[in-house]
Amino acid sequence: MCQVDEDYHGDLERAEVPNVSKKCVKCKEASAAVVIRAGDAYCRGCFKEYFIHKFRAMLGKNRIIFPGEKVLLAVSGGPSSCSMLSQVQKGLSRNAHKKLRFIPGIVYIDEGGALGQSVEERMKLGAELQAMFKATGFPFYIVPLEQVLDLPSSVVVMAPSSSEQPGSAYKSAVNAFIQSDSSTCLTPQDQEDTSLPEVQESHTRSLQHLIASVKTLTARQDLLNTLRQHLFVHTARTEGYSKLMLGDSCTRLAIKLLTSISLGRGAQLAQDTGFSDSRYGDIISVRPMRDYSAKEISYYNHMFSVPSVFIPSLDTKTTDKSSIQRLTETFVTKLQGDFPSTVSTIYRTSEKLQTACRSSSTANHCERCLLCMCALDTAVENASAFHATLISEQFSQTKVPGATRTQIPRQNPVTPVLTPTGQHCSSDGEENCGRKEGGGGCCYSAKQPQTTNLKTLLCYGCQMTIKDMSSVEYFPQYILSEAQRRRRRSQMKEEITEFLLDDDDDDDEGN
Amino acid sequence: MPVLCSRCAERRAMLKRPKTGHSLCKECFFWAFEEEVHQTIRWGPASGGKDSTVLAHVMKLLNERYSYGLELMLLSVDEGITGYRDDSLETVKRNQQQYELPLKVVSYEELYGWTMDAIVKQVGLKNNCTFCGVFRRQALDRGAIMLKVDKICTGHNADDVAETVLMNILRGDIARLRRCTAISTASEGEGVVPRCKPLKYAYEKEIVLYAYFKRLDYFSTECIYSPNAYRGYARNFLKDLESIRPSVIIDIIHSGENLSVREGVKMPVQGTCSRCGYISSQALCKSCVLLEGLNRGLPKLGIGKHHRLHNKILAQQPFTEKEESKLKPVEF
Ligand SMILES: [Zn+2]
Ligand SMILES: [Zn+2]
Ligand SMILES: [Zn+2]
Ligand SMILES: [Zn+2]
Ligand SMILES: [Zn+2]
Repeated sequence: MCQVDEDYHGDLERAEVPNVSKKCVKCKEASAAVVIRAGDAYCRGCFKEYFIHKFRAMLGKNRIIFPGEKVLLAVSGGPSSCSMLSQVQKGLSRNAHKKLRFIPGIVYIDEGGALGQSVEERMKLGAELQAMFKATGFPFYIVPLEQVLDLPSSVVVMAPSSSEQPGSAYKSAVNAFIQSDSSTCLTPQDQEDTSLPEVQESHTRSLQHLIASVKTLTARQDLLNTLRQHLFVHTARTEGYSKLMLGDSCTRLAIKLLTSISLGRGAQLAQDTGFSDSRYGDIISVRPMRDYSAKEISYYNHMFSVPSVFIPSLDTKTTDKSSIQRLTETFVTKLQGDFPSTVSTIYRTSEKLQTACRSSSTANHCERCLLCMCALDTAVENASAFHATLISEQFSQTKVPGATRTQIPRQNPVTPVLTPTGQHCSSDGEENCGRKEGGGGCCYSAKQPQTTNLKTLLCYGCQMTIKDMSSVEYFPQYILSEAQRRRRRSQMKEEITEFLLDDDDDDDEGN
Repeated sequence: MPVLCSRCAERRAMLKRPKTGHSLCKECFFWAFEEEVHQTIRWGPASGGKDSTVLAHVMKLLNERYSYGLELMLLSVDEGITGYRDDSLETVKRNQQQYELPLKVVSYEELYGWTMDAIVKQVGLKNNCTFCGVFRRQALDRGAIMLKVDKICTGHNADDVAETVLMNILRGDIARLRRCTAISTASEGEGVVPRCKPLKYAYEKEIVLYAYFKRLDYFSTECIYSPNAYRGYARNFLKDLESIRPSVIIDIIHSGENLSVREGVKMPVQGTCSRCGYISSQALCKSCVLLEGLNRGLPKLGIGKHHRLHNKILAQQPFTEKEESKLKPVEF
């Protein structure tokens, strides 16, 4: 009863008008209050049971969250993540039937700065969320997006995973947890009365410069998504959480899957839409809401008064064709209206996929994208479309000797870090880009090569995003520094390459 | 001031490449377009062809330029659609003379005993494209075998491939999803001639531009009977996506090339049809089932999944009344 499980007959069938005044399919007594799918009408009580059961079943089936583990819930204020929050509350409550056994916290990212909201607006929304979070008794972190500007480079470095934990480890952890006095660790600490974090105006301005340097809404949304992930992971790390819970519904994931396809992120689909995502190594994201449709969630929230907050986003008040993300959302929603199995069909496609970068155990050896941390998908063997495009570009330009290649180019010694203020290499004698002597002008005046250099460190999808940026000058420092570090590493590697016995790239990191 | 060509920097640019956004002169565009097709087919094409003039033109040209040593032939399918096919067959015949290539036309009528017009009469406009898709695929193979060719090149362009990726996602067809981005398919079994798509990375718009400036006949091979719901949705969606970000066509193909299917996911096992010998994952191939349905006056037979009935068909047993009633054509 827990899976989305309608039979699929080759062609999608059109929506049928639901039969009104039906009895509940479960208890066959009470009259139905909701029709989730054609034929599945539930009474209020059975619907609640079904909904709650599905959440526990999803976590139980996957056994990724260990008893006593600290889990950070990413709550955006929207219906799905708020519903997730309420399920966690229910599951942890003393009288829960199948009690959840982890320690929750909440993280919310305030993106108002990127949207140009006034300080007052942001305070108002923040206060609303704060009240909601306080009511749960869980610790919570309201993080302004501006904090990405102060992230350490370690965010974009894969941390070693906290040792594979096989099934037996899960069992012993359960036992250990039951024996220990669980009641103490489950009592939510009283959150000291936090006021909302203050944001420096200059930080907001830098963030806005960054957003403004991205020319299309599609790329803005994609970049924002990446930065948000970085902040989640960083918050989890600094606050000692090892799991991140995301509230993506099945509907959201279907949209995401189709969006990712269009953004050239096919190689990452399994991570972007699967139950768990371990691209950061130590912090694993899980998506326990992935079996619920948006419709189910809104029924439930409505019937059982789960609060949510309307938070404007980058594409609020834009037209359908303003971005690929937005267009895809409209497309899926419309199609779902005509063909009710659309979402579940797309969603099931996601279950059949895996990440391109082999299994997760060998994943450490892949070269990873500087931004989204997925395995690079730009090598020749699996990217013939990509190379076809490079060839087209090459053929459309005045011939440049040894033109575009995807290998990391052998370039001049370290390009200095760009300062957001736009003061170029004049300031630091030491960090001079070395091009002046050659008469090529300062490296900063040639922004194009800078973008090109960064490109080689990015996956296909992130390259497309960067392409829509007027300059990478406004990137937060941690990204630029890590880019430099990677370039230095690859230069070093080139110098010593003839002495290396193993071709495997164990370049990285944290070990 | 006229814009100069970004490649030769001498002549005036005549067009902006939909694929890369570069401004090129006519000559440089021809050169780039042709060389890119050459790059795509480096791994060995052969002969045959969908009714695409640009494909025939470029293949012939490259065959001479690079001495591929190919013996090219034109293969065209006549679906039997009044009006629509007459024009295009005329064009193919002109191509034949112009390029001095042998031409073979195979028709649905001679292969299956049914024209598309007759099929539409029986099944209506809802599922007709299932028929024309399945029949065309097999017709090409049969024609290729008659011509004794080693390979079929089809005129599928990048837009077609991207659209197919989207469509297979919408209907959850993971096996097709994996296959549709391959540039050439290895022989899948007897009766199937390996195929390649030399124009796989060429934007439809660039093909039209090429045909326009070369003054070639170009017409889309679009079926006049409305495409089925799926394709229609996928196509419009792709057009909208393209209007937001032109590179989306190649981006989607890139995604498709990088999808990897989880181990343990069941993939259909390819066998052969026990009636006609064509590859099939079922006892009967799709085209034999569709044909059986048409001949029995039960057109829905090949549309849903009615594998259970395959044995009955093979044994030439009659269907029960209940089975029949489900497969009758919808009344209009
Ligand atoms: Zn009930
Ligand atoms: Zn990336
Ligand atoms: Zn030119
Ligand atoms: Zn058709
Ligand atoms: Zn057959």
